[in-house]
This record gives sequence, structure tokens and C-alpha cells, in this order.
Amino acid sequence: MNKFQTYETAWCPGCGNFSILRCLKNALDDLGKDPHEVVMAAGIGQAAKTPQYVSANSFCGLHGRSLPAATAIKIANEDLTVIVNTGDGDSYGEGGNHFIHAIRRNINITHFVHDNQIYGLTKGQASPTTAEGHVTGVQPSGNMNTPLNPLLIAIASGAGFVARSFSGDPEHLQEVMKEAINYKGYALVDILQPCVSFNKINTFQYYRDRVYHLQDDYDPTNKVAAIKKAMEFGDTIPLGVLYREETPHFHQRNPILSKGSPLYKRELDKNVLENLIQEFV
Amino acid sequence: MYNILVGGAAGQGIDTTVSTLEKFLKKSGYYVFSTRDVMSRVRGGHNFSIIRFGSEALPSHSYLLDGIIAFNLETITEHKDKLKDNGFILCDSNLPTDDPKAIKLNMEETARNIGNPRVFGIIATGVLLKLFGENLDYAEEVIKGSVKSQYFDINIRAIQEGYNMVDARYDHIDSDFKDWLLISGNQSIALGAIAGGLKFYAAYPMSPSTSIMEYLATKSMTADIVVEQAEDEIAAINMAIGGYYAGARSMTGTSGGGFSLMVEALGLSGIAEIPLVVVNVQRPGPATGLPTRTEQSDLKFVVSASHGEFPRMVMAVRDHRDAFYQTARAFELAEKYQIPVIILSDQYLADSIATVEPFDISKYPLPLHKVSEDAGEEYLRYKFTEDGISPRRIPGETKALVSADSDEHTERGWITESSEVRIKMMDKRLLKLKKLKEDLIEPEVIGPEDSDTFLIGWGSTYGPIKEAIKILNSDKDNNKYGALVFGDVYPLPTKTLLGKSKTAKKLINVEQNATGQLAGLIREYTGIECTSSILKYDGRQISAEEIVEAVRKGGQ
Repeated sequence: MNKFQTYETAWCPGCGNFSILRCLKNALDDLGKDPHEVVMAAGIGQAAKTPQYVSANSFCGLHGRSLPAATAIKIANEDLTVIVNTGDGDSYGEGGNHFIHAIRRNINITHFVHDNQIYGLTKGQASPTTAEGHVTGVQPSGNMNTPLNPLLIAIASGAGFVARSFSGDPEHLQEVMKEAINYKGYALVDILQPCVSFNKINTFQYYRDRVYHLQDDYDPTNKVAAIKKAMEFGDTIPLGVLYREETPHFHQRNPILSKGSPLYKRELDKNVLENLIQEFV
Repeated sequence: MYNILVGGAAGQGIDTTVSTLEKFLKKSGYYVFSTRDVMSRVRGGHNFSIIRFGSEALPSHSYLLDGIIAFNLETITEHKDKLKDNGFILCDSNLPTDDPKAIKLNMEETARNIGNPRVFGIIATGVLLKLFGENLDYAEEVIKGSVKSQYFDINIRAIQEGYNMVDARYDHIDSDFKDWLLISGNQSIALGAIAGGLKFYAAYPMSPSTSIMEYLATKSMTADIVVEQAEDEIAAINMAIGGYYAGARSMTGTSGGGFSLMVEALGLSGIAEIPLVVVNVQRPGPATGLPTRTEQSDLKFVVSASHGEFPRMVMAVRDHRDAFYQTARAFELAEKYQIPVIILSDQYLADSIATVEPFDISKYPLPLHKVSEDAGEEYLRYKFTEDGISPRRIPGETKALVSADSDEHTERGWITESSEVRIKMMDKRLLKLKKLKEDLIEPEVIGPEDSDTFLIGWGSTYGPIKEAIKILNSDKDNNKYGALVFGDVYPLPTKTLLGKSKTAKKLINVEQNATGQLAGLIREYTGIECTSSILKYDGRQISAEEIVEAVRKGGQ
């Protein structure tokens, strides 16, 4: 049995989250991780319940605020594998500012966005990725705002690992997840995840009709090509690692963290404190 | 005590002059206390510092001046009525003033002749040192520590030129503070945090808290501290919570506006029982208020900030010494009770420089958090215990899985809506307050045993209140003034207050706010009503003289 198994979930039957959860547990198991080495972090939302259903360390914080918390968890203890699972509302709406700055920091964490293009927990309002014209209880004349393109933002902001997968394609998803977790730096995987209760437009069938795998000859290190691919979101939707670049991550760039040992274990020498005080004499 | 004001426009080099002067005076043995009055602008305006020095350790300022060093005319017109009868105004000969107290010297011309108009302030420093009967024994040492090496020679020349321009007027007062520290309130907080074992500081720049981050950043390599400038205060506090969850002692610092953004996360620390230390260096609000000035108006806000009910502790720092010990203690208590601890300081303490006895670090740095025993898979993060405190673990350190949940949760940390568990968890968390009360420090009592009129204060009014009591009690016929100055303010320590209030004829709250916030807390937790108030909310710290005057008028 998978080491990361826990208990019953509170998701709707048929929810796209089930497959994401399964893939995540399998990915962690395949990578040989032990539950105590992993921290599952999340904000608030249906996707953000994921840590509750994974047997690992968990940090279920505030809506939109999982990235700053996850960033600090990694800063405190680099030995932990830190994975953030949250939704499109949490990641790109409430936490939009943190999203951009997590990219800038290039902290070595993995960010799985369960992107169902709708607010599920609050029962069906437009999210930052909801299509224009999409009618909801709060947008009765249709969503009038342009949907945000998270992959395009990520690549343009300097993210080194930008991928998309689909909860209806578990084989693909599991492999992308493993690659993202292994990536040394901030890794974003935007996962298309149908919401069976509140999004009647972006269904499993809707995505199945549009998604395709990036070909073997696709070069994910070509940034201009990646930007073009990121802009392709309509009749066709590419799945895979759109962009990948190896750049020094936060710990490698930070002179204190690059010393190596986990920060939380470092004990201050009394003489150092004494000297700091004496500098004021 | 001598008292000198140095004033001019932003950008004229007042800060350099003042900090050089402070170092000289401290080296020659004086107790030095200086405050900054700065406008919120980088150039122009009118800024000044008041440097008080003498043989008495008193963390308090005064507006009665022995001398003024005026970099511009405005400094003279603004402050000359505060000069003592025998006071002086030191200024350049080209300032159009015919004030009889003025000592007009060719300092600008001399600076130009030496080769750099910017040494004007150092020339003035030389003049002042001579006026006060000091020598230049420490010139090389002080200048070396204040300017870049290529400017060393020119500054040495400048100070000598200034020194030779006048004759001594005042006598050197013998005092022995040479081995004490010369430190700002924010630096004391930062050092206290390092003593408390700080490993991670996340903050967004905001006056007047930023110099905490600046100091820590400067020392980050030496003290192995990661300092991260967050994208906003919400990120900053969530980072501090994340860092503490993962075992690194973490802190964030801000002022009232930033604290307003942080309050949701304060509740996260409360319900998830993750230790947290937050410093709020207060400034006048609401909203942007007076960004570079002082106030004590966030007390009632921080004791109740964030929705829902959870245990917390609020401590105010009273002076620079207190700032060190309270901050280190904040980490001990945050960890012992797994609660957020809020430290209240303000701009007055943050930016003022005081002379402090070297900190006693016999119990610092605090040792790392130790895991008591390996509970393996059976570990319950939120285990019900007699005192409400569940054993805290750090993720990854043992096989035990550590959960943190902003939802109401079971002992294991799993989300629940059970009525029974909810009640037990609320009771468990609030129970921690009961034990916390044993750790509270009672307010400091100032004045004679048989005092019958008490000034009640908290935080940075400590110095001015202490001095005010001294002045009030110098009247032999009416000398029964005392004071209680609170450091810990929430939960409110009530024992001393209840005792003193039995015999007190008058209780006068002295606060740097408009509504008497401490008096309100006292009323709420003891039923005791202060008989009158002395309240100041113009962004300028109340002085001992102002308190004395208000007390003699009987308060508001």
C-alpha cells in the first residue's frame, strides 16, 4: 500500500482532484520519498484540501498565502521536500502577488495548481482563469474580464520550470509531477482539472477534445517557442513541460543558505553574540 | 545634564554630525540620550536631533536647551525660545541672525578652504567639544569609525579647526559610561532577537521599523540569519509562521499599517499553535498618519487583532535595555506557549540612541528547540494536555508527521466540524493563557513606598515618567508621587495595580494616544478607573517637563 494514503476525502464524486491526488501519491512513492521528509502546503479551496488526504507533514494555512509559508519552510529546512497544492483562485487570485514573487525567488519548491477555471469551494464564481463570457451566479451577464494566462506569466517572469498537465491524463500527470518535484528551483505545474459541480463548460470531454502532448522534438529550453506554446489555449491545448531552464535557485544564491546545513539546526556561538554587543561600546 | 539641539534641512548632514557627536561624548564617559525629529522627506524640510548628556542614566529627552547647532535659519527661529538664559546658538557667520546668544563662526568658509563643504558639521562638532571642555583624544578613533578612509584626514583637520575657533564655556562632568553601549531602540530589538535565537526575519520595509531589518541584514552572515524582504506584509508574516513551523525561530517587524495587513495570519499562528514573534514599531495612524513620528495608539488594536478568539501575548518595550531583554523573552514565551507574541515599540524608541549597560547574556543565545522523545507514528500535534500545551515537533526531524491547520482540527491535526472537538480545542488553546499569567512581569514601580498619586504608563513613556516623578518629588512639601509603568500589557498583570490602587488618591494615565487605551484595558480587566489622563497625540514624545506641567494642572 502507498505510504502516503490517508482517509476519505470531502470532494464531489467524479471530481478532477481524485486523479491529481492519486498521481501525487504515486509520484512521491516512485521518487522514494518518506512521508516525514515531505511537507504538503496549501492555502484554502477544494484543491487546498489535498494535504489533508496525504500522509505527510502538512501546512494548511490561509487563503492565497501558501507560497510565502512554503518558501519559508524550505528556507528553514532545505532537507524537506516542499509541495504546494492549491487552486487557481488561491494561486492566481488571492495569492497572485506571492505567485510572481515565488518565481522571482526561484525557491526550490513545487507548485501544483489544480486549475478548474472556477471557484469550487464558494460554489461557482469566476476565477482568474475563467473564460470570458462564462456565466456564473455572480457573473450573470458572463465573465467580462480577460482570463489570466498563468504559464505565460510564469515564463515571462523568469520561472525555470513551467508545465501543464491534465487530471484526465494520469500517466502524463504523474510523470510531469515527478519531473517537477525533482527540478531544483520553483516548478509550476498548471493542472487542468474539471469541476463536475460548478463548471459545466470546461468538462473532461472539453479538455479531452483539445489537449495534446508536446512532441518529442519540442525543445523546452527555447524561451520564445515556449512563450508561443503558452499562448496556445483554445481549440488546442499543449500538455507537457513548456519551459525548462537550469538557473541557480534561492538557496544557491543566498550566501547564508548556501553554506549547506539546514538553517534551523544552526546554533549561534555565544562569542558571536558577545562580539555583536561589544560593537556598540 | 547638558542638552543640545542640532537642526537643519534633510540632506545637510545632521545625522552624521549627531552620530559623531554622540560617539565623542560617550567616549569621554557621558551618558548620552538622543532623539530624532525627522520629517517624512529625503531633502529639505526641518529635521533636528536633541542630544542630552551627563552623569545620570536617564532614557528621556528634554526640550530645555543649553545650546543649538543651527545648520539653517529655521532651526534658530523654531527653537530659540527653548534656550536656557545662558544658552548659545552655534551657526555660520553668514546666517542672518543678530540673536545675542549666537556664536557666529566662519565654518562654511573653513570647510571650503579645507576642501569639502560637507565637513561643516564636523567643524561644528569640534567647536562644541571645545565649548563643553572636552579634549580631542578620541578624534582618530571616532572619525575612523564614522567616515570612509579617504575622508579621514580632511575630517581630522575639520574637527581641529573647529576646536580652535572658541574657548571652553562649560565644565566637563565626571561620569563613567565609557564601557556602556550606545544603541538605538531598534538595534536593541534586533540584538534581543539574535539572543533569542532568531534564524529568519521576513519583513516589508516600513518606517519606523525598517532599521531592525537593516541591522539584521548587515549581521546576517555573522549571525547565520536569513533576512528576506517580502513582497508585502502578508507574505512577511506568513513566511515567519512557515519558518517557525519548520523549526527556525522567525520574526517579522512592521508598523501599524503593515500590522493591519498581518492580522489574519496572527489568527493562523493562534489556531495552528505555531510560535511567532511580531514587532510593531508604532507610528501615528490611522492609515498613513505621520510616517516618521511617534504614537502609542495600537495597543487596543493588537490585543484584539484578528477574528476569532485565541491566546496571545503583548509586551511593550520601555527603553533600550528593556527592548533587548523583552525581545529575547518573546521567543521563549512564543515557544513555551506556542502562541503569537507581539512586541510594541514606537518611533521614539526606535530612532533614539541611548547609553545602556552591556547586556547580560548568561542565558543567551537561547538553545535550539529540543524534541523530548520520539513518538513515532502516534504523534498527536494537538494532543490534549493538562495545561493546554501540546508537545511541539519539527517536521522532518523524526518520523512523526507534523500537521498545522488553520481549520478547526482534531488532536492529529485533521479538519473537523465536530461540536465536541471544537469546544475542547477552543478550551485547550485558551487554557494556555492561564499558565501564561504565571510568566507575566508586573509593572515597574517608581517613587516612594507611600506614594499616593500614581502616574500609569506603558512602553516608551517610561523614561519621561521616571524623570517627571523625580522632578515632582523634588518639592519637599508635595512629594508623594509614584508611577507604574507596564511592560507586559496583555494579558494585563493586575496584582501590583490592585495593591497600589487601594491607597492611591489619584491614578493618572500618561499615554501617547488620544483615547487613553491603557486606561481602557485597566478598566476592562480590573474595574479600576483612572482619575485623570495626560494624553499626547501630536506625534512628538511627551517630555518630563510636559508631564510635570500637566500633573500640576491636574490632568485632563
